[in-house]
Formats: sequence, structure tokens, C-alpha cells
Amino acid sequence: MERRTFLKVSAAAGGTLLVPVFGNAIAAEELLNPLSVQFKKTLADAALNAATKAGASYCDVRIGRYLNQFITTRDTNVENIVNTESSGVGVRVVANGAYGFVATNVMTADAVAEAARQAVAIARANARLQSEPVQLAPVKGVGEVAWATPFTKDWRTVPVKDKAEMLIAANKAALGTGATFMTSMLFQVNQQKYFASTDGSYIDQDIHRLWSPFTATAVDKASGKFRTRDGLSSPAGMGYEFFDAQPRHKVRAAGGVTTLYHGAYDIVEDARAAGRQAREKLTAKSVEPGKYDLVLSPEHLFLTIHESVGHATELDRVLGYEANYAGTSFATLDKWQSKKFKYGSDIVNFVADRTTPGSLGAVGYDDEGVPGKRWDIIKDGVLVNYQATRDQAHIIGEKASHGCSFADSWSSVQFQRMPNVSLAAGTKKLTPDELVKDVKKGIYILGRGSYSIDQQRYNFQFGGQLFYEIKDGKVTQQLGDVAYHANTQEFWNACTAMCDERDWRMGGSFFDGKGQPSQISAVSHGSSTTRFNGINVINTARKIA
Amino acid sequence: MKLLNQDEARRISDKVMALTKADECRVTISGARKGNVRYARNSVSTAGLVEDTQLAVSVAFGKRQGTAQVNEFDDNSLEKAVRRAEETARLAPENPEFMPAMAKQAFRPSATMHPNAKAFTPEYRAEVAFQSIDAARKKGLVAAGFFADSTGFECIANSNGVFGYQELASLNFTVTTRTEDGRGSGWVNRAAYDPKQFDARAASEIAIEKALRSVEAKALEPGRYTVVLEPSASSDLLNFMFNAFDARQADEGRSFLARKGGGNRLGERLFDGKVNVWADPWDANAPVLPWEQQSMMARQKTDLIRNGQVASLDYDRYWAQKTGKQASADHGNLIMAGGSKSTEQLIAETKKGILVTRTWYIRMVDPQSVLLTGLTRDGTFYIENGQVKHPIKNFRFNESPVVMLNNIDELGKPMLIGDAGSRFRMMIPAMRVRDFNFTSLSDAV
Repeated sequence: MERRTFLKVSAAAGGTLLVPVFGNAIAAEELLNPLSVQFKKTLADAALNAATKAGASYCDVRIGRYLNQFITTRDTNVENIVNTESSGVGVRVVANGAYGFVATNVMTADAVAEAARQAVAIARANARLQSEPVQLAPVKGVGEVAWATPFTKDWRTVPVKDKAEMLIAANKAALGTGATFMTSMLFQVNQQKYFASTDGSYIDQDIHRLWSPFTATAVDKASGKFRTRDGLSSPAGMGYEFFDAQPRHKVRAAGGVTTLYHGAYDIVEDARAAGRQAREKLTAKSVEPGKYDLVLSPEHLFLTIHESVGHATELDRVLGYEANYAGTSFATLDKWQSKKFKYGSDIVNFVADRTTPGSLGAVGYDDEGVPGKRWDIIKDGVLVNYQATRDQAHIIGEKASHGCSFADSWSSVQFQRMPNVSLAAGTKKLTPDELVKDVKKGIYILGRGSYSIDQQRYNFQFGGQLFYEIKDGKVTQQLGDVAYHANTQEFWNACTAMCDERDWRMGGSFFDGKGQPSQISAVSHGSSTTRFNGINVINTARKIA
Repeated sequence: MKLLNQDEARRISDKVMALTKADECRVTISGARKGNVRYARNSVSTAGLVEDTQLAVSVAFGKRQGTAQVNEFDDNSLEKAVRRAEETARLAPENPEFMPAMAKQAFRPSATMHPNAKAFTPEYRAEVAFQSIDAARKKGLVAAGFFADSTGFECIANSNGVFGYQELASLNFTVTTRTEDGRGSGWVNRAAYDPKQFDARAASEIAIEKALRSVEAKALEPGRYTVVLEPSASSDLLNFMFNAFDARQADEGRSFLARKGGGNRLGERLFDGKVNVWADPWDANAPVLPWEQQSMMARQKTDLIRNGQVASLDYDRYWAQKTGKQASADHGNLIMAGGSKSTEQLIAETKKGILVTRTWYIRMVDPQSVLLTGLTRDGTFYIENGQVKHPIKNFRFNESPVVMLNNIDELGKPMLIGDAGSRFRMMIPAMRVRDFNFTSLSDAV
């Protein structure tokens, strides 16, 4: 399930402040001083020793310092600038074959040792209900190692004034071309994560991500109609160089209807287009419902991939661990065991990957100390694998975890989260313009819109930001009120063509929710522009009293 | 850190306010002890305990405001928080929409801490899981559930003399029970302020019965049907709609409550005359804090919909000042009037219809009409001549709660809805609604 977690940052903040809460507010320059590795190792050893002494057969310790900055703007006003920090220690153990977890923000050896002992006590309390003991796939200890997101410009060193001015410039650009209202935000995340376990690993990671979403709204008061156009940016796992877009980062959409971005983003240019396109949406032709060939841009298709393939191939869902909340999955073990379940057409290949540079899901190691890796999920249309954690690997006959265990905070327990799951580019040379040439009756969809899928990932409905009619091989006018309905397996089997690697780029979800208590995660999904034949399109226009 | 009592909280807030040289200062202290147990496949999968107390300090120099949060309470930490907030305020640009700190308010206490409320132990939570799992196992079913309890307090204060302190506690429980072959699934949701009102085994039995009755679901053609919506099934739809009860959005032409040609639809009859919805912090069944944390404004009992008419819109302080209206605090709860009939009685009076236990993955499709899409889940049944005839496959719907509240046949007894991420605590009745728009079938169980 993809969703943004918007909560009030604090009672003390004024105005209409709504930003995600990740921790305690701090001054920006303090973000640059990490905790010493030696200090973290000492804390970790205190927990590992206490847990082992209390009877744990396994223990891991995560020492986290999560630093974030959020800037929110509305029209020409900066509504808020918030720096947050959250630090603490989470201790997970296996004792009597069951898990126990306790977290504390008191970062002393005594406190983490006590947390470890409490975790063992919780594990023992739960053990009586355990139907089978936790079975962890082996992980070879890697000793003391470090990994960091590669970047050239640290967001923490960029003056807040420059960032606010960039957002206000974007707002002015949209207001100048047709938007009546404009909001924009900048989310910047730095996770300093230290992991240690009784396997002998001490892993220090420094992870950076950012995203700058906006919404341009055009209002026609006379008719009482309003329409929005959100930004077409993709969140990225990189530094502030993301905003230094050069001509090589710009991509011409099919028919030249707008500019898209790859590897860097020009928010002002996109906002300028958004203001104009939001205004055009007010008079766009309402779609005639029926079957269409859909040509889906990567900035749109990523979310369909996320919901219909990413979540569907999570092994915890397949097994039933999310049954009470996010649901289970139609991609059951018997389908995988058959080795012939046609998830998609022959040209559909999905790869799971923790190593793609610039992606949201790129890490050196997961929260169980497993190195990031790349593996096939769907090969030539056939379901060939899932996403697994250490305690699941044996179920699918694997000797090692896929490295899919993550927690969104030191205070949250780690559990199965998806890696970047991407649709491989087509192998034949094909541009987006060439792709639409033989589409007689189709719709070209760009950007993420509304999205909903059932609890086993069969039936879905997706909207978008921009819809263009394709008629006799040409991208023509904007359409309105468009959403498409499909069944996951039918949809991916209706995939008939995709552009080559020159058009391949990633979209991403910054706030993907799952679990109870709910946790968020960030993940990218790549694809090139892809065609699906004969998909059911509905008209979403409604009249109310 | 232990939870602070009123004197301790006041001492800290006074100390914080004395530390700053800013034009004004606002302080919030909130602490909670939150425990949970999660189970699936008839085993506990995770169990956790988080104890935390946080201090938020916001200061302002003119129209420049800065905020800092810490969760340490020694003198150095309090000073650090104040200095950070001051520093952020000095770096921040002026906000033309800045509103000065709220004047002194009178807060009438609400019953957010029930006398029977207590902090639960890991053993109690494990027992909840055991009762639920044991009941499922005895019927050959598989249970996946989540129990969470919270005990804590909130304190607000500002340099104009606002002060409020109140304790609060609640529990939430959900369980999905499925047949081993995956052909049947049932769900139940329970929330309570008084732990004595919660019975894990009794609640689990409802999910079990639904799971057993939902196997061999038949396909029904999509279309418009009379539905009996259990309280949990409609709460998410209503939540989306009430999030749009903002006066500014309406005045600016950006919501379904915008009037064609300008202005808003306050006072217009947009819903069936049976629809009455209000907010009331002192409601005995769904009490919430008598203040809004953000503005520190005292909440009032407020009608939102009266006899089908839009009775009020939410005015934040800036928009109220700009438009010459009365500002209102954000509502903490939403209570919808119902009748005395149970869901079973509504079913008994339904000639043909569909019973919906739960709705899922609801998203806004078009804010102009509040068109929402989503699915039914974990217990969807066909009703004929007052009886549940057989289970049916789940549906996707595309429907607006505005339309839904115009098509009400009858309302049942309101029920407290569990915490599902809504900003409102909700008491919602079961309802029978005509012409609910199901647009496609889902194979999901």
C-alpha cells in the first residue's frame, strides 16, 4: 500500500502546518556531526552481551539517527521549515524460538542492556504461542564495514534560503501559466543506521533521499470546476545535485506533450508546464468509457508496478503475515512452484534490486545485515521468485535471505519490505513516439494519480495526472475523467511492447505504508514507456447535489 | 521516562517559557506508553513496547516562527530546545499568515481517561492473542490480528496563559480470521476506553463466524445495489468527506463545498434529512481532548450536518480573521446520529441487498465530487427477504459519500470505530443505503 504519512508536527507549531513527523527538531548544522562509530559499537556490544547472557540464541541491535528537513510552501509564502532528529536503539532477539523487541531512546550501555533483557522476556512470553520456532537463514558476519549513498551535494549544507527560493520560484512559475493556487514541498531524509548482530557484523550506513512534490490547482469559479496537476518528479536516493538538471536529464514525452526527467529534476520548468496543463484540464474532453490501448509513461507505471507486482510478490503477504491489514497475495506458493504461472506476457521481466544507483531502495545492507543484491522475480512472463527475509528464506528453498528486512525507525521492529522492483526495458530499439505509431485508439497516461488495489492484488484502478488521446498513431488532445480497471494477471499479459533502455527511468514511492503498527518505506520502480492492449477505461465524472 | 502528572508538566512548561526572549512561546508536552502484540498464522509475529515523552517548543519573533522537539527533560535539554526553536525562528522567512499565540482559554475536562484504564503487561497482550488464536484454532481457522493499548497524557501551555493537562488511554483491536484453504475471511474491529468493555474472545468469534459463512462466494453482477454498511465499512468514506469541510478550500473553489460562482455551500441541504453529524469532546462514548493541540483553541460541541444541511465549516484562525468569521478548533471526534436498531435488524428489514463488513484501500478519484474508489473485504454477503442468503465475491466501488448520504434508507445503532489512521475518533451507525455503485468484481478473499 502506498500512502503518505502526514501528521501534525507539534502542538507548538502554528498555522496550517502539516508535515510528516520523524523525530525531534534540531538546527540544521547539527545534522553534520554523526555519532562516533566506537560509541555505537560499545552500545551494541552491551546489548548483544546482555541478550546472550539472558538466554537469547540470536540478537541484533540497530542504533539509528534519523535526520530530516521539510519545507512547505503555498503560493508565494513559505509555510514552514522543520528540522527533525530521532535517535535511539532497537534490540531484537530470538529466545525460546520466538522474537522479542524493545526500543529505547536512552543511549547508555545500561539502558540498552536492560532493553535487551526485556526483549528476551517478551520473546519468552510469546514463545508459548509459537507454532514453529524462528528459523534464520545464515548470514556471514562482515566485521566492521560502512556504506553510504553516493552523492556530490549534501542537502544538509545547502542554505535553507536557497531551497525555499527554489520552491517559491516553482510556485510563481505555475501561477504565471494558469494555476490559481500552488503548493510545493521538499522532503529531505538522512538515515544514519548502525547495525550489529551476534553473527559478527558491525555495519555503519549513511543513507540519503529526497523528493519535491507539488500540486498546481486551476479553478474556474464561474463553472465551479477545479482541476489539479501534480509534479512529475521522481523521488531519488541521491544528494541535492538532483536539482541541477541539465539538458541531458530532460526527456521529450511522446508527441512532445511535456518534458520528463531522468536522473535530475527541473522543478521550475515542470511547474510552469503544470500551471498550463492544469488550466487545460478544465476544458479537456471527458473520456468515452471502453477498451483502449494504454501507453503508460514510467512516471505513471511505477505505481502500477508497485501495487500489482511489488507488493504481490512479498513473501510475508503470500504466507499470511499481513492478512489483517495490507492483505495476502494471489501469487501463492503453488503458482511459483509450478514454474509456469504466466504473470505476464513473454516480454515481461521483473528484477528486484537493492543496488540500482540513485534509487530509493539502494542500501549496502538490510536491517538484518544482509548485503544488497539483485535477483529475478518474473522471467519471460513467469513468476520465478519472491522477496524474502532471513526467517522466510527456507520456505522457498533458499540458503540466504534476499535482504528485504527493514524498519522505518530505531523504535520500529524490522520486517519484510520490498526492494526496487523494476520492469526491464525492451530489447528492441523503440522510442515512445515509435511506440504510439501503430496505436489506433489509445490513451497516453503520465504521472501518478489515484490508485487502489484489492487485498490480494487482483483488481486495481488507477488514475494519472495527464491523459492524452492517441488516435491513429498520433498523440492528440488532453482527456479528462480517466481511470483504468484491470486484473493484475490480465493486465501484465496484455503488455505488448516497451521502449528500450534509452527510455528506462525510475519513479518511486517515498511513503509506502505497511505493517501494524504501520511503518513507511521508500522504494523505486523503473520501466520504460510500455504499451498494454485492450484495457478497460472508465469515466470518473460525477454530479452531486 | 515516567509519565508526568499535572504539577510536573506545569513546572516544565513554566520553566521552558521563562527561558526564551522571543515575543511569544508555545509548549506542548505529551507522553505515552504504547504496547502492542501482532499475530498471524496463529502465532505471535511481533510484540513491542514504546515509552516516550516529548516536549515541543515553538517561539516567534514577530511573524517568524521556529519549532523544536526534544525528549529529554533536564535543564540543559530544555534550554537546548528553546535555543533551537529561537534559531529556527530567526532563519525562517516571515509568514504573512502567522497568527499570534492563542489568548487564555477555559478547558472543560473530558473523560479521556476511564477509571478502569490501566497499563497492560506483555502477559496481558499475549493473553489477548492467545484467546483470539485459540478460538480460531478450535474452528480450524487461521487468525491474524493486532492489539494495541496506549496510556498517556497531553499538556499545552503558552505565554498568554493557556494551560491544559489531561490524561488519556484507549485500546484498539482488529482480527482477520481466514479458512485454511483461503476461501473464507472474516474481520472485526473493536475500540474501547474502558478495558472492561473489551472481550478478545467474543470479538474474535464474530470474525470466525464471518469467515466460516463467507466460503463459496458467488459472483454478482456489478451495478447499483442497496447496501447495509457496518459502521467500520462507511467510516473511511465519511472521513474523506469531512476532511473537505474546510472553509478556505470551499471559499477558494477547491472542494465539493465550493459554490458555483464563488463562496461556499454553508447552510445548503446537501444530504438526506436523516443525516445529523456533530463533534463533541465530552461525548461519553467517544471523548477527546477539549482543545486542539495545534492552535490551543478550546473545542466546542459543533454541528457539522444538521437535518441534511451543512451546519458549519472549519475556519482556521487566519481564514476566519480574513473573512470576518468565527475561528473554530479542529474537531477531535465525529458522531453521527443513528437509531436503536442493530445491524441484524437492518438486515432483517432489507428485501434485497448486500451486507458489507469492511471497506479497503479507499482513495480519492475526484475531489470535485468526492468520488472515492475502494473495495469490500472480509465478509460480503447477499441479503434476500431479510436474511443473509450467501456470501458474494468482493466488489470495487466508485461512489461519493455525498451521494451515499443522500440515499439513506435507515440508520442503525452507532458504534465506536477503532483507530484506523483517521484524525477523527468516530461514532458511526450501521446504515442501509440505496443505489450504492459497485463497478467491478474482485477475486480477492
